[in-house]
Amino acid sequence: MIEVAVQNLVFGILLGALYGLAAVGIALVFGVTKFLNVAHGELLMFGGYASFWLFSLFDLDPFLSLPLVIGFLLLIGVVLYQLLFVRMVKLSEEDKIKNTMLIGFGLTLVLQNIALLLWTADDRGVTTSYSGQAFTILGVRFPYVRVAGLVISLICLISLQFFLRRTYTGKAIRATVEDWEAASLVGIDVKKVYLLSFLLGTALAGVAGTLVMVSFSVEPAMGMHWTLKSLIVMVLGGVGNFVGTFVGGILLGVTESATAFFIPGGGNYRQVVGLVLFLLILIFKPQGLFGKKER
Amino acid sequence: MYIWENRMLKVENVNAYYGDLQALWGVSLHVDEGELVVLVGPNGAGKTTTLKVITGLLNFASGGVSFNGRDLDRMPAHKIVELGICLVPEGGRAFSGMSVLENLELGAFVSDARKVKDQTIQWVYEIFPRLAERKDQLAGTLSGGERQMLAIGRALMSKPKLLLLDEPSFGLAPILVQQMFNMIETINRQGVTVLLVEQNVRAALELAQRAYVIENGRMVGEGKGDDLLSFESIRSAYLG
Ligand SMILES: Nc1ncnc2c1ncn2[C@@H]1O[C@H](COP(=O)(O)OP(=O)(O)OP(=O)(O)O)[C@@H](O)[C@H]1O
Ligand SMILES: [Mg+2]
Repeated sequence: MIEVAVQNLVFGILLGALYGLAAVGIALVFGVTKFLNVAHGELLMFGGYASFWLFSLFDLDPFLSLPLVIGFLLLIGVVLYQLLFVRMVKLSEEDKIKNTMLIGFGLTLVLQNIALLLWTADDRGVTTSYSGQAFTILGVRFPYVRVAGLVISLICLISLQFFLRRTYTGKAIRATVEDWEAASLVGIDVKKVYLLSFLLGTALAGVAGTLVMVSFSVEPAMGMHWTLKSLIVMVLGGVGNFVGTFVGGILLGVTESATAFFIPGGGNYRQVVGLVLFLLILIFKPQGLFGKKER
Repeated sequence: MYIWENRMLKVENVNAYYGDLQALWGVSLHVDEGELVVLVGPNGAGKTTTLKVITGLLNFASGGVSFNGRDLDRMPAHKIVELGICLVPEGGRAFSGMSVLENLELGAFVSDARKVKDQTIQWVYEIFPRLAERKDQLAGTLSGGERQMLAIGRALMSKPKLLLLDEPSFGLAPILVQQMFNMIETINRQGVTVLLVEQNVRAALELAQRAYVIENGRMVGEGKGDDLLSFESIRSAYLG
């Protein structure tokens, strides 16, 4: 019994890491630009498909092809930004959120249909030599692929933190999050920071997509699901603190697993739990679990 | 005097709008190299707007702004910083989630300033020793006076040729106000040209070599600092 519980917890954490990674991407973009890109899940999906294609066409291992997938997503990111999002830069914060949501919804439809055309509605996944393999500690299974997902998510998070804390460009991003006008007054090119943050968000979506693809599978309608999870996690963790966002992802993963475990037939409620959590946070701690109060 | 050689900032006949609302009506002013010029006027007169126009935060509709002969029209704010104009905005707006040191480092963001960052930081610490003591503290936890010093220090880190200050004494205790003015004078003596917007009219006019008076978006007076002190309209309006 206890083993089953621990196993459940482990799977919750492993899934939560993917939620966290997806959410850090959307939160980074939102924090800097106030663009609410609801097509983030679709970008994640494209990352998954890119990885799937590289595997099935060129036999490239999904973990090794990660840089190519990131490159592909950066390309999509630049095109989308220059074509659509760049026009939003000058708007007020409120208009930015509203307009980018509309753009995002439009993109969702377009990207979904492209995926349908290219890859049909079937679930796509890959089987590698190590798929389905796991190591066991005290009777608890740790599938290699899923553990790799956690490790890569952590590497992304730590690198991002390092970049934001230690480099000039990273500090410029943080300054822009706090006060874009003051940032421009110290000589920071805020427009460049916007583009860079958007691209970082897209790249993270690509990594998350690859990890989702190797852990589960991809299909054209998955994007909404991942956008929704990311938004829940972003609200849970609070904007502007990416470690908090990531922990929020793990919390959501664990909560979902726990629901499936403790409530009879709880598997059916997995999805609802996140939304309930979302509402509770909005009511009682709107700045997020780890966010600071608005000054 | 040597008008043409050292005219640093020139604002000529600027009209500026917020949407449909005109905030500046034919505003002109100039600052020569080395000067400490004060811009005074009542609330809502257009002082901050004038600084926004100079620093590229607000585009003007007509007129001209130039700095050392360079036209600043439509130049983005970060480019203007690179040219050597730095604004300390109302309230300072230090990055509160970052340490004092990080704020100062960000002040030296432009490439020329970044190269000499370590020397400049020593200079800033000499002017504001308090900042050296607090360098690892989060800016958000500084006192009001310290935060204002940080904002000025951050601006100095860009090695500005022209420093614009928007009401740096606002909200400070009277004893700190005088200190603040002394520091501004020190900075000016060390070769930084200063355009200072102030509500503390008497103290500011005593400090300044020249002063402008703005009301309702229009320049209504200009003169030597001390002379303006005896201006009838200024006396009645600000000095009581
Ligand atoms: N963002 C804005 N949108 C619309 N109107 C504005 C905006 N900022 C300022 N104004 C208006 O422009 C006029 C000039 O404002 P400005 O801030 O330049 O005054 P000020 O001289 O700096 O006043 P204070 O001493 O109170 O700071 C005011 O009537 C103000 O209401
Ligand atoms: Mg003002």
